[in-house]
Amino acid sequence: MSQHFFDQFLFVALPYVCLFTFFLMTIYRYRAQSFSYSSLSSQFLENKHHFWAVVPFHYGILIVTAGHFLAFLIPRQLLAWNSVPWRLFVLEISALAFGILTIIGLAGVIVRRMSSSKVRMVTTPTDWILFLMLLVQTVSGVSIALFYPWGSSWFATNMTPYLWSILKLSPDVSFVAAMPWLIKLHVVLAFLTIGFFPFTRLVHVLVIPNPYLWRKPQVVRWYGRK
Amino acid sequence: MNIRSQVSMVFHLDKCIGCHTCSVACKNVWTDRKGADYMWWNNVETKPGTGYPTKWEDQEQYRGGWEKNGDEPIHIKSTGKARVVPNIFHNPHMPSMDDYYEPWTYDYQNLFNAEEGSDQPIAKPISMITGEDIEIEAGPNWDDDLGGSKIYAANDPNLKGLSEQQRLQLSSVERLVLFYLPRICNHCLNPCCVASCPSGALYKRGEDGIVLIDQKKCRAWRSCVAACPYKKTYFNWFTGKSEKCILCFPRLETGQAPACFHSCVGRIRYLGVLLYDADRLEDVANLPDEELVNGHRSLILDPHDPEVVRKAQSAGIPDGVIESAQQSPVYKFVMDWKIALPPHIEYRTLPMLFYVPPMSPVIADFENGLASHKMQGLFHGIDESRMPMQYFANLFGGGHEGVVRYAMGKQLAVRWHRRAETVGDVDRATADKFLREADCSLEEAEAIYKLTSLCTFEDRFVIPPMYREQAIEMIKEPGEHKAETGFGFVGGPQRGL
Ligand code: HEM
Ligand code: SF4
Ligand code: SF4
Repeated sequence: MSQHFFDQFLFVALPYVCLFTFFLMTIYRYRAQSFSYSSLSSQFLENKHHFWAVVPFHYGILIVTAGHFLAFLIPRQLLAWNSVPWRLFVLEISALAFGILTIIGLAGVIVRRMSSSKVRMVTTPTDWILFLMLLVQTVSGVSIALFYPWGSSWFATNMTPYLWSILKLSPDVSFVAAMPWLIKLHVVLAFLTIGFFPFTRLVHVLVIPNPYLWRKPQVVRWYGRK
Repeated sequence: MNIRSQVSMVFHLDKCIGCHTCSVACKNVWTDRKGADYMWWNNVETKPGTGYPTKWEDQEQYRGGWEKNGDEPIHIKSTGKARVVPNIFHNPHMPSMDDYYEPWTYDYQNLFNAEEGSDQPIAKPISMITGEDIEIEAGPNWDDDLGGSKIYAANDPNLKGLSEQQRLQLSSVERLVLFYLPRICNHCLNPCCVASCPSGALYKRGEDGIVLIDQKKCRAWRSCVAACPYKKTYFNWFTGKSEKCILCFPRLETGQAPACFHSCVGRIRYLGVLLYDADRLEDVANLPDEELVNGHRSLILDPHDPEVVRKAQSAGIPDGVIESAQQSPVYKFVMDWKIALPPHIEYRTLPMLFYVPPMSPVIADFENGLASHKMQGLFHGIDESRMPMQYFANLFGGGHEGVVRYAMGKQLAVRWHRRAETVGDVDRATADKFLREADCSLEEAEAIYKLTSLCTFEDRFVIPPMYREQAIEMIKEPGEHKAETGFGFVGGPQRGL
């Protein structure tokens, strides 16, 4: 009974609280404090190790996140791809590689922040909490890949329906409830990160520039004219 | 023809005394803040020298400005569209604080609070970033007046193309030469900073051409810092936003000259409107190097031409601005007299700040421990000046001497003319000969003399009416606007977490 209650709390209540906070606060922050939306680059203060930390981290996290989204959006196609063993291996190994790349990059980010006295000055407590969360998240993610392989398939069959059930407002925890604790940790932390998102520097992910590649090079603003 | 107006500037380098008053005025008004502490929107450099940030003119290192390869259209030399995606996380051409300097202050409290001891307490330098003790190794004018010239002046990128002998000459004590180069944002017509911004946060104001950064849209992708060849956009390391010279637009809008102009001790600064043809910008920015200076001039339209006036009116430029353009001192220097030149036009941003190149002292012969001037007449020819013509050509002529020679020759002729007028030890015929050779009429020489030497505040700063109040009325009811003013930021701009 208490286990059931616990699952309901972790995989139903918590996700909704986090998602709600995410939407409400990112919009509020954008409207009230758009000045605070920034990637808060620290390259200016420390440029020697910057590349080796920030670049691997971003390539890693972007590809791994994109992978999660794919499994969430097109599970069938993913399963079809995985039906041939070599294709499954390729996918699993590259996912693992990018996961490890993320950890290496993140470790670089953390070490750089601790070792450069200048960069420390622009590092807030929020940053440290965020780095810790991301570290636990990526390490647990890579551990899952190692201990519970073929995640690209079981995510599509088990996690995707759960996530959709949340989004469709008819939560069904039966899939996650049966998962090992490592995977549960990963899921709970993912929702916590989403909830924490609007209070951190992560908001830069939402303002990545897109019109740049299409717009004219020069920008002129007129008063009262478009 | 697409006529626009631009608030433009002239700095008369012959008059700059290198006092840095302009820099301090700007610092006090705009950049005396955390994160902006190292910024000098206005800085004054000693030339030859490496400047601030160190060697900013070396575009092989900084990769600022536009690049032209053969017949291809120009492209941003640092991270243009093609390369912005892989480079957004780490900008390979982004200068770091080491290229500028680490701002510092002094631990003055120690003078009051030090324990009693046998030594006098001192105020140690401490970093304004970390608060830790620092060894000061660089500053915004570290090579002022040729300080450390063996390292700094000797590495000036403008020495390109100078002979070994000319270089040696520049560094021998008896023949040292220097001049000052005050620098602010040029509010370019083809600004690379604007073109490079992935967020579209930078923009040029349509009505007056001032280039600004929208602080609410800037996301610290820092492309503009790398792209501006003059290194006049700066990264605020605390707020995570780029900042730049705003040409004191709040002052201009209330009819006052920008702080650096207003405070200039040497009265070297001139400000006025130029009308230009925006349709031809792209063509001009793509011209071959040697045609750039004249091409840039060809964009600027004659505000006295009735045809131009008519078109300007139909383009919506208010009469007050057109009148102001007709009195613009900048138009006189740049177009009528052609003695003010754009800095480093080869960067192709089409800067709208022009410099009158300085006359430098004459070369002396040094024999048996005695210096003797080898010039014959009263004033030396421009080729005998200590600063080689090629140096000025690199700085103001896109590497080509012609336009610089013309500007210098005319200034020299004006000196001959005034000497004949006031002292009288030069006969009129000689003065006239120089004027003729310099393509300068008597009236022109007088006008140059007057605007250079006897200029009042009103002569130097012809500030156009900005009509911002009307502009606002066009989009909003004034009462409503007034009620909302001050509510742009809720709770004031705060650094993100
Ligand atoms: C296309 C999407 C993204 C872009 C364009 C982007 C861009 C940037 C940039 C420019 C920085 C500043 C780096 C610096 O100069 O110091 C940054 C930092 C950071 N980003 Fe992203 N980012 C993206 C996606 C993400 C994602 C998905 C995450 C994680 C979930 C993330 C987490 C971080 C973190 C933690 C930092 C701080 C790194 C440090 O301490 O230096 N970013 N990002
Ligand atoms: S000088 Fe630099 S910052 Fe100023 S407008 Fe030109 S390119 Fe932009
Ligand atoms: S205040 Fe005027 S004279 Fe003094 S350094 Fe600045 S530009 Fe030169």
